[in-house]
Amino acid sequence: MKITEKEVRNIAELAHLNLSDEEIVAYQANLEEILSYVDKLNELPTDDIEPMAQVLFEGAEQEGLRDDVLETSIPVDKALSNAPLSGAGQFKVPRVLER
Amino acid sequence: MLAPEVILADPETIAKYEVVIGLEVHVQLKTATKIFSPSSHEFGNDPNTQTDPVVLGLPGALPVLNRAAVEQGIRASLAINCKINRKSVFARKNYFYPDLPKGYQISQFDEPLAEHGWVDIELEDGTAKRIGVTRLHLEEDAGKNTHDGYRDSDQYSYVDLNRAGAPLAEIVSEPDMRSSDEAFAYLTAIKQLVQFSGASDCDMEKGQLRCDVNVSVRPKGQQEFGTRAEVKNVNSFRFAKAAIEYEIARQVAIVEDGGKIVQETRLFNNTTGETTSMRSKEEAHDYRYFPEPDLPPLIVDDKWLGEIRDSMPELPPAKRQRFIDEYGVSEYDARVLIASKETSDYFETAAKLSGDPKMVANWVQGELTGALNTAEKSVAESPISAEGLAELLKLLADGTLSSKLAKDVFGKMFASGKPAAEIIESEGLKQISDTGELEKIIDGIIAANPGQVETYRGGKTGILAFFVGQVMKATRGQANPKAVNELLVKKLAG
Repeated sequence: MKITEKEVRNIAELAHLNLSDEEIVAYQANLEEILSYVDKLNELPTDDIEPMAQVLFEGAEQEGLRDDVLETSIPVDKALSNAPLSGAGQFKVPRVLER
Repeated sequence: MLAPEVILADPETIAKYEVVIGLEVHVQLKTATKIFSPSSHEFGNDPNTQTDPVVLGLPGALPVLNRAAVEQGIRASLAINCKINRKSVFARKNYFYPDLPKGYQISQFDEPLAEHGWVDIELEDGTAKRIGVTRLHLEEDAGKNTHDGYRDSDQYSYVDLNRAGAPLAEIVSEPDMRSSDEAFAYLTAIKQLVQFSGASDCDMEKGQLRCDVNVSVRPKGQQEFGTRAEVKNVNSFRFAKAAIEYEIARQVAIVEDGGKIVQETRLFNNTTGETTSMRSKEEAHDYRYFPEPDLPPLIVDDKWLGEIRDSMPELPPAKRQRFIDEYGVSEYDARVLIASKETSDYFETAAKLSGDPKMVANWVQGELTGALNTAEKSVAESPISAEGLAELLKLLADGTLSSKLAKDVFGKMFASGKPAAEIIESEGLKQISDTGELEKIIDGIIAANPGQVETYRGGKTGILAFFVGQVMKATRGQANPKAVNELLVKKLAG
């Protein structure tokens, strides 16, 4: 086993997912498969290849940077329109403790 | 349930330990827009009026890096002697909290913008020390949660995302500090350098500079570090000092008692001056960093870096030396005058205009600082501009005003914001140096005080002060003291 049930439960908790015992078993098998595939990739010789952070890296070096120019913000009522709860121009969420 | 009583070690016991301190300083970079999207992050506006799809974490929204945020980050890095990495990479730091709608913060992890810096600190006793800076990385700020003050605050927290996405530079120090005084000096130095670089105003009241404190203790002579505690929510340098001192006493007491320090995050309570454990977090932090797939790596080539380097403003160490060389102020004065960028700019403008830099240095440190402190204003908010002060000091230098009168006029300028000339004109405060006018007054006083005149002529010349006082009284302090003295001596001689 590449991944234990305990690790699956921990990952689910970090992702705020409530998984049933059956789902835990299913995801464990699932993740097992993914990790096996990654192991397969690890067999490739990559010693001379610079690690790549993502695939978009092509073209001029500073392409993709933005000028510091202000654009109109979303009006507050629209910004809050998808929120289940709002008040005083703010999003309202179940009370949380300071991190 | 009452919290268990915390035992604090006494200074004698603490003296047997060495303290190790590292600091993480967050500085808000000065830009018009957020780090990854084009809305404002200006302080103090109505909640949630500065959002956009990226800030709100709406599906499909993509971050685009703000060039100005990178440039400001580089300026801050150069100011603290960091080496800029040609390539740096953004990473996702994953956690759930309402101030972060996306569910992750875009930060930098194993490839930060800049590394290997240092700042020199100086303690009050004159000791100098170099503190290492591990790294400076770019990241986005989170929104602001409000946990109380609303009718339903017992049930709900309120979230304002105006600040979410504001560009931050996190500056991480080496664990090089060994006392709260060193930490205080380090924070002061970082603030000063970053401020002068133009990267941030570092206005702590607007949350533009915040710090987390890492503290551990170890018996003197021990090689390995003790377990550290991290203190958050420290929003002034004084509080940082207090939090460190509290942690030292708390940790030493635990170790002395044979206990173990728990590696944890603690909150500083600025009313009680204590730190408390954030027991709410049971799960250990597991941020599962990974490279941000929505942003390409950041490349800072030599040309760009060169341009930024060339545009760097003068930094405090160079400015201090120049003030000494160019304006002839003392080492001490120069240090006080460069304490903030505003003060140094104010001094320099006034020094140039007035032509008497030393006098300006004295007035800025004396009258101006005193008046600003009393009024709880910063130099930038001073009712008297640098130009206004220069004008006043010119009138003092050319004899229009005595130094006493100049101080009076200064007070009136500060209170009203009016220029010196206008106050002198409307209140008739000009110094009287016209000998004809003074002679008339003096003649009158001599005639009215025959007894004193006799005493003087009898050889008790100390009584001259009495006559000077009378003249000053008659002229409401406006007589030129030098002229009064000369005339009196002449007249009394008979």
